[in-house]
Amino acid sequence: MQILQYAIYRFITMLATLVVVSALVFFIMNLPPGDYLSNLIAELQATGQSDGIAKVEFLRKEYSLDQPLWKQYLIWMGFFPGPHGFSGILQGDFGWSFEFDRPVSEIVGGALWLTVLVNVAAVLFVYIVALPLGILAAVKSKTWVDYTSAFVGYLGLATPNFLLALVLFYYGHKYLNLPIGGLMSPEFEGEPMSPAKIKSVLLHLIIPTFVIGTSGAAAMMQRLRANMLDELSKPYVDTARAKGVGPTKRVLKYPFRMALNPFVADIGNLLPSLISGSVLVSVVLGLQTIGPALLQALKSQDQFLAGFILLFVAGLTLIGTMISDVLLMLLDPRIKYGGRK
Amino acid sequence: MSDLSNQHYVDDAPYDPNEDIKALDRPDLDAPNWLLIWRKFKRHKLGFWSGVFLLLAYLSLPFAGFISPYTPNERNADHLYAKPQSINLWHEGSFIGPYVYPITAKPDLVNFQWNYIEDTSAPAKLKFLCKGREYKLAGLIRSDTHLFCAPEGATVFLWGADRLGRDIFSRILYGAQLSLTVGLIGITVSFILGITIGGIAGYFGGRTDWAVNRVIEILRSLPELPLWLALSAAVPSHWGPVAVFFIISIILGLLDWPGLARAVRSKFLALREEEFVRAAEMMGAKPERVIRKHLLPNFASHLIASAMLSIPAMILGETALSFLGLGLRAPAVSWGVMLNDAQNLASIEIYPWTAIPMLPVIIVVLAFNFLGDGMRDSLDPYSDH
Repeated sequence: MQILQYAIYRFITMLATLVVVSALVFFIMNLPPGDYLSNLIAELQATGQSDGIAKVEFLRKEYSLDQPLWKQYLIWMGFFPGPHGFSGILQGDFGWSFEFDRPVSEIVGGALWLTVLVNVAAVLFVYIVALPLGILAAVKSKTWVDYTSAFVGYLGLATPNFLLALVLFYYGHKYLNLPIGGLMSPEFEGEPMSPAKIKSVLLHLIIPTFVIGTSGAAAMMQRLRANMLDELSKPYVDTARAKGVGPTKRVLKYPFRMALNPFVADIGNLLPSLISGSVLVSVVLGLQTIGPALLQALKSQDQFLAGFILLFVAGLTLIGTMISDVLLMLLDPRIKYGGRK
Repeated sequence: MSDLSNQHYVDDAPYDPNEDIKALDRPDLDAPNWLLIWRKFKRHKLGFWSGVFLLLAYLSLPFAGFISPYTPNERNADHLYAKPQSINLWHEGSFIGPYVYPITAKPDLVNFQWNYIEDTSAPAKLKFLCKGREYKLAGLIRSDTHLFCAPEGATVFLWGADRLGRDIFSRILYGAQLSLTVGLIGITVSFILGITIGGIAGYFGGRTDWAVNRVIEILRSLPELPLWLALSAAVPSHWGPVAVFFIISIILGLLDWPGLARAVRSKFLALREEEFVRAAEMMGAKPERVIRKHLLPNFASHLIASAMLSIPAMILGETALSFLGLGLRAPAVSWGVMLNDAQNLASIEIYPWTAIPMLPVIIVVLAFNFLGDGMRDSLDPYSDH
C-alpha cells in the first residue's frame, strides 16, 4: 500500500518536473536571435521571391509565432487556445516542422520507438556486462582479473564513444561481417514486423548497443566493485565463512544484495548519459532514431521539431528515474522516502 | 668522560631529544596536513605520474608554436593526405643524424587517391632551431623559430597530413591549446556556481535548500548532450572563434555545477552543526565569512579532487560538440574539430592517421581520471588503504 502511495506521489512530482522542463526547453529553443521563418523571409527577400513571403506570413499566423513568447509556450503545450482552439502537445499535436515541411509527428513517428529500443538495449547491455564483471573484480580484487577489468573500464570511460563507433563499425564489418549503418536492412524499411526483419534489427543493434553502453558499463562496474568490497570486509561475511558457507553463496546471498541497491538507484544517473550517448552515436552511425533529426533541427532553428525531441528525451529520462525509485523501494524495504516519524 | 660532582653519572655525548621516537613516525608528528597528503599522494604512482604528465602538457601549451614544425592552417597542396613519415638516424649502415626521406605524390587514377613514394636514395637531414612560418609565442610574442623543421625539398609530417595537406602533429599541438583549456574554464564556472549555490542551500537550509534541490534535480535529470547541442546551436554563427570558444566552455560549465552543488550542500548540512561554526556565529561572523573562512577550507581538497574528475567530461564534451559541428569551428583548431574530418568510414579505412587526435583525447582523459583517483585516495592521510 505504501508503495502504491509512493508511486503515485512520485508520478505527480514527475509530471510537475516535466512541465518545468518543457518551459526550460522552450526557452532554450528561443534563445537564438530570430527564428526559422524570419530567416526564411530574409532569404526570400534577398532572392526577390516576394510571393513566397505571403505563405511564410501565413505560417507565422498559423503557428502563432507572432504572439509574445509566454503565450507561444502555452499554445505549444496546449494550455492555451491557439488560432484553431486547443491544439498543443497535450492534445497530441506536436506542431509543424518548417525544415521538412511536414508535421513533427510524421517525422519522428517511427524514430521514437527505435530510440526507446536502442536505449533499452543499452541499459540491458550495461547490466549484463557490469553485474558479473563488477562482482568478479571485487571477489578477485588485486589479481589480474581485477586489473584487466579496471583497465578495460578506464579505457571505456576515456574513449569518445562516437570514435569507438566508427572504429568498431569498420572492424565489425571487416572481420565479423556485421552490417553497416542504419537500424535495419533497407529492404525492411516500412515493412510490417516479420522474423526476418527482427533478425535484421537485432544484427544492426549489436554495435550501437555496445558503443552506447560501454562507458555506462565501465562506470557502473567500478561502483559495484567498490560497494562489494565494502560489504565483503564486514564481519558478517567472516561469520558466514567461519560457519562453513560456500564461496558462491557467501558472496551472492547478502553482500551482493546489499551492493545492488546503488545499482538500481543509479538508473537515474545512467539514463541521461546513455541517452546523450545514443543521440551522438545515432548521428555518427546513421541510426534512424531521433538523434539525427535533432541535430538537423537544431542547426536550422526548426523550433517545434527540436523542442519536441528535447522534451521527449527529457521525458524518457524522467520516467526511467521514476521507475528506478519505485523499484528501489520494492527491492529494499528499509528505504523510506517519507519524513521521519 | 663524565661529571660525577653531584653523585650522578651524566653522559656528556650530545643528546638528541628525538632519539626515542621511531624514525618512521617522526616527520609525521607535526607535519601540516597538506604535507601528509602530498606524501601519501606521491606513493600513488599512477596518479602521481599522471599529474606530472598533465603538468608538462599544460606547461607546454604556450610553446606549441615553437615545438611544431608547421603552423596549424598552413596548407601543403602537394601533400594532401600524406602518410606519416618516420624520422630515422641511420642511413645504409652509417649514422647521419635525424633525417627523413622526401616523398612525392602520385595520383592513383583508379581509386582516386594519392599514393606517396619515398625517395630512399636521398635522405634529407632535419634542421633544428630553424626559421619557418611566423607564429605567436604564448599568443603574444612574434617569433619564427621552430624547434625543428623540414629540410629543403622535403616535408616532415610526423603523424601525416589531412585533406588540405596540413600537418596533423602540429595541429594536435595547437589543438591542445583549446581542447585542454576548455576544461579549465568550464570547471571554473562550475566551481563558482556549485560552491555558491550549494553553500547557500546547505548553510541556510529550509526553503532555500528545497528550491535549490528541485533545480538540481531537474538539471540532473536532463540528458547533457542534447542540452549542450541546443545551447551551442544558439551561439550566433558570425561570432569569432575566441568568443565561441569562451561561450562553449561556459555552456559546458553551466550544466556541470549541480553535482558539485549537491556535494557542497550535504557537507555543509553536516558541518554547520559543529561547535566551531556556532562559535564563529556567536562572535558575530556574517554568513559569507563563515562559509568562506570556516566551512570551505574543511573540504577544499575534496573539491579539487572532484574537479579533476569532472574535467575529462568537459574535454569529451567539447570534442563531441566540435565533432558534430556545433562546437568550435574552423579556422579554430581543437581535437574535436580535427576529428570532424575523420567522421566517415572512408577516412578510417584509407587514411587512418586522420583519427590520431583521438589518442591525445584518450590519454588526457585517462590521466585526469588517475590523477583524480590518486588525490581522492590520499586526502585522508591517517587512513591506510
